[in-house]
Amino acid sequence: MTRFDYAPAPESRAVVTIADSYGLFVGGDFVPASGPSFPTVNPATEEVLAEIGQASAADVDRAVAAARTAYEGVWGRLSGAERGKYLFRIARILQERAREFAVLETLDNGKPITESRDVDVPLAAAHFFYHAGWADKLGYAGLGGSPAEPPRPVGVVGQVIPWNFPLLMLAWKIAPALACGNTVVLKPAETTPLTALLFAQVCQEADLPPGVVNIVTGAGPTGQALVEHPGVDKLAFTGSTEVGKLIARSVAGTRKRATLELGGKAANIVFEDAAIDQAVEGIVRGIFFNQGHVCCAGSRLLVQESIHDEVVHRLKRRLATIRVGDPMDKNTDLGAINSATQLARVREMTAVGQAEGAERWSPACTLPDRGFWFAPTVFTGVSQAHRIAQEEIFGPVLSVLTFRTPAEAVAKANNTPYGLSAGVWTEKGSRILWMADQLRAGVVWANTFNQFDPTSPFGGLKESGYGREGGRHGLGPYLTTGATR
Amino acid sequence: MARDLLGVSRLSDPVLRRWLHGLPGVDQVGAEARVAGLGTRSIKTTAKAFAIDLAISMIDLTTLEGADTPGKVRSLCAKALVPDPTDPTTPRPAAVCVYGDLAATARKALGDSLIHVAAVATAFPSGRASMPVKLADTRDAVEGGADEIDMVIDRGAFLAGRYLQVFDEIVAVKAACARPDGTAAHLKVILETGELATYDAVRRASYLAMLAGADFIKTSTGKIAPAATLPVTLVMLEAVRDWRELTGTQIGVKPAGGIRTTKDAMKYLVMVNEIAGPDWLTPDWFRFGASGLLGDLLLQRQKLATGAYSGPDYVTID
Amino acid sequence: MHAASRRGSAGPGAFLGNVAQGSRKDARDAVVAARAAGSGWAGATAYNRGQVLYRVAEVMQGRAAQLAAEVAEAEGLSAARAATTVAAAIDRWVWYAGWSDKLAQVVGNLNPVAGPYFNISAPSPTGVVAVLAPQGSSLLGLTSVIAPVIVSGNTCVVIASQDRPIPAVTLAEIFATSDLPGGVVNLITGRTAEIAPWLASHRDVNAIDLTGAADATGVDWGALEAAAADNLKRVLRPEGDGPAAREPDWTAPPGLHRMTAFLEIKTVWHPKGR
Repeated sequence: MTRFDYAPAPESRAVVTIADSYGLFVGGDFVPASGPSFPTVNPATEEVLAEIGQASAADVDRAVAAARTAYEGVWGRLSGAERGKYLFRIARILQERAREFAVLETLDNGKPITESRDVDVPLAAAHFFYHAGWADKLGYAGLGGSPAEPPRPVGVVGQVIPWNFPLLMLAWKIAPALACGNTVVLKPAETTPLTALLFAQVCQEADLPPGVVNIVTGAGPTGQALVEHPGVDKLAFTGSTEVGKLIARSVAGTRKRATLELGGKAANIVFEDAAIDQAVEGIVRGIFFNQGHVCCAGSRLLVQESIHDEVVHRLKRRLATIRVGDPMDKNTDLGAINSATQLARVREMTAVGQAEGAERWSPACTLPDRGFWFAPTVFTGVSQAHRIAQEEIFGPVLSVLTFRTPAEAVAKANNTPYGLSAGVWTEKGSRILWMADQLRAGVVWANTFNQFDPTSPFGGLKESGYGREGGRHGLGPYLTTGATR
Repeated sequence: MARDLLGVSRLSDPVLRRWLHGLPGVDQVGAEARVAGLGTRSIKTTAKAFAIDLAISMIDLTTLEGADTPGKVRSLCAKALVPDPTDPTTPRPAAVCVYGDLAATARKALGDSLIHVAAVATAFPSGRASMPVKLADTRDAVEGGADEIDMVIDRGAFLAGRYLQVFDEIVAVKAACARPDGTAAHLKVILETGELATYDAVRRASYLAMLAGADFIKTSTGKIAPAATLPVTLVMLEAVRDWRELTGTQIGVKPAGGIRTTKDAMKYLVMVNEIAGPDWLTPDWFRFGASGLLGDLLLQRQKLATGAYSGPDYVTID
Repeated sequence: MHAASRRGSAGPGAFLGNVAQGSRKDARDAVVAARAAGSGWAGATAYNRGQVLYRVAEVMQGRAAQLAAEVAEAEGLSAARAATTVAAAIDRWVWYAGWSDKLAQVVGNLNPVAGPYFNISAPSPTGVVAVLAPQGSSLLGLTSVIAPVIVSGNTCVVIASQDRPIPAVTLAEIFATSDLPGGVVNLITGRTAEIAPWLASHRDVNAIDLTGAADATGVDWGALEAAAADNLKRVLRPEGDGPAAREPDWTAPPGLHRMTAFLEIKTVWHPKGR
């Protein structure tokens, strides 16, 4: 060996046991689905991990009924302190079984083990801890009611989550819902159901009353059955803007509430006075974290014209050190694209980018033969009119644009129907605050990017959806008395 | 060269200040997050074996105590010559680092081995002496056979913004490194980053030292806490990387003090590899200033060779 | 903004005057005006917005007698009841005026994240809000839907009560003669059922308040909400159960929800380092 090549450092998968097939989790028990099963595959290898039950409308109906029974019989009557204890217990079990969850998440999702281990799972546990503490303090939250008479839960909540952060999105949904006294029926994404099903076991281990959490697996029709079910009082959805609009239409004219956390096309704005090395890291974290499968990804780099060449040079040099490959290897930075469908979408959009005349670049990297893979990709010479500057790609693809003045940066950043997040990199404090005021985004990361915390509300403006998740604001949608946030 | 780079006919504090303060800032949180990210690299099996040998070969085996004696230095040199008597394939460290008055002792003990003698000079560690004394200290060490001089900058002058004074001192010490035969001892410039306090200051001090002709930039004397840290070394590695792109000149980096374990050393090597690049992964361009580190590296090396965990009784002291 | 000529004579179903009948093109122009006014109004200091709202109350006070007569005629109230209603409407402007520089303190947060970051969540206005004003309460109700929208920096396009527009016309005159910048409130008189769908589907409208769908002839609030989904407008549904829509009791304490419905919580992160 004459070079410092990192030897393979694979995480052991022995820590998880994956069953051949899984049913639904309804009323505290695993029950068979009435629909046909479908496989969930490891996107890094295309290996079938398990057969998953497809919940039919009748199955969803049973799950909603179980949630209603649990709400009216037990959970809705339980004191906040008692609810909190269950959530604390769940949080602790998640920590104790963290390695198992991390390995399973990586196998099912394709994300690097370091990310599932260091981000997804610890944050999921943190969400349960945070919300556990709220359960008996809701009257102090300033959302209506009083300490003696806290605001009321909404009832039965239907939750539909995406495949990019399967366990973490489950935690974002279930923790506040339960803390506020609601019961839930949650549908994990079709391609990543396994950690939700393992979470169902955690609910059993925590002695959570049956029916408080119900997990129904399946694809679009299962989600639709849940969304349209008249017994659901509130919907919480994270996913595409397209589906979000369908849900908004579906609840129109009813008294069903909805919160929607949808797509984005965030601008990551780098000024010439930025701390350049950290800005480059922020660009990388912004778009290559989790293979770019992040709704708030910094997919549009807006760089001040005077430092465009230098930033692109530094970015390319940095990307040459990105390690693409086996997600189970502890040295992998960029894992597999989650599904063949998503890979096709990323390929299509990058072809569009080339056809539009943008200059395409990727570092030299060898992609595995099997599985769904896409090299980190940078498009330079992109303008606002290009589709790759307008449409969410949801993959490791960065579009680089330029600006000359702060006002132009703001105008370009806001020139999108989305409004989820934005990044600003400058060493000038007053400019950061001015930019933060001007940017039409629900989250503004200044001199950092893609940071998440249970105490920090997350959610979008415009077509990125409505409602907030996390923090005090995230409780509002799950409570009925008084104000909604 | 410095004047050309800055585009001025005469250097002055304002000129240097403009240039140094025009460098990009360093965000502390971001820099530390980058270090933490690199710290998750898992170096196993063949990579670990490679890295352990590389790390051993990069050590400046150091003793810098008031109680140092010729006997202590000879014993350290013996250790450098034969790091592991049980395994002759063990590489030797790059240098033995001593006070200037013991350079000749070390030179003699190391004989014609390729191990360098490094000597600290310029009123190490405080640097609080007049210029003639600092220069005499340097010449004395060079005459005693030092291949490398580890000087300290005047941190007081640097923090007070007297950049030209710091620059001129480095230039003068560099001149004092010259030998009569036209060769010169290599100059390592110690920034004493623990006293500079901020990463912005570390970046500026790095550039100032490189501008003045440093062959190496070194974090610390080892006498001030904190000594070497990963984020400080990150900033310095970024500096030498960018300096080579700017000027074509490659400069070395030496973290010193507080690096005690193989695990620590692995993290530094990963950082060298991914920040400065593989060109720096040689003793010519990266050093560890350490004393205890060698022992732990040898323990780990024995573990890899035999498959069994070794113990301190199986590694010689000094 | 729309002139009206009036003749006397009260009583249910009585003819009170001719009021301009707004069209979809008026709605379209109003959205343009509201959008244009947005950055200036949202960018004004909260203190300034509070003063502007308070000034509306002052000007209303000066025309209280006229407003009371109009409310009495429009709503068929006794003179005493009408005067009480006008007083309540004036009080409501004062109440909301005071909220301008307190709202961020009450609904914003500093968030203690688990890392070296400053993290703050503060409200910002949603943007252009379409408002279906209540059909019944022609001044107090109208006030109660406009003030909470604009106090936080939104601008709005309001469809006044279809059958009781005259107090709205006077309120528009009051806006015009107070300190309210042009375009912040755009009042349209006309048929709700005809204009509302254009606003519900308008892609440069950010939110819609459907309060006035209750008792509005030919208005299906569910259809309006569905149309609003096209650009994911924030929707404030009318009160009521199921598909039924009920006009709220405007004399009840308003609470925060009419303000918070048209706010976006924006969270800003920044590292804390040396």
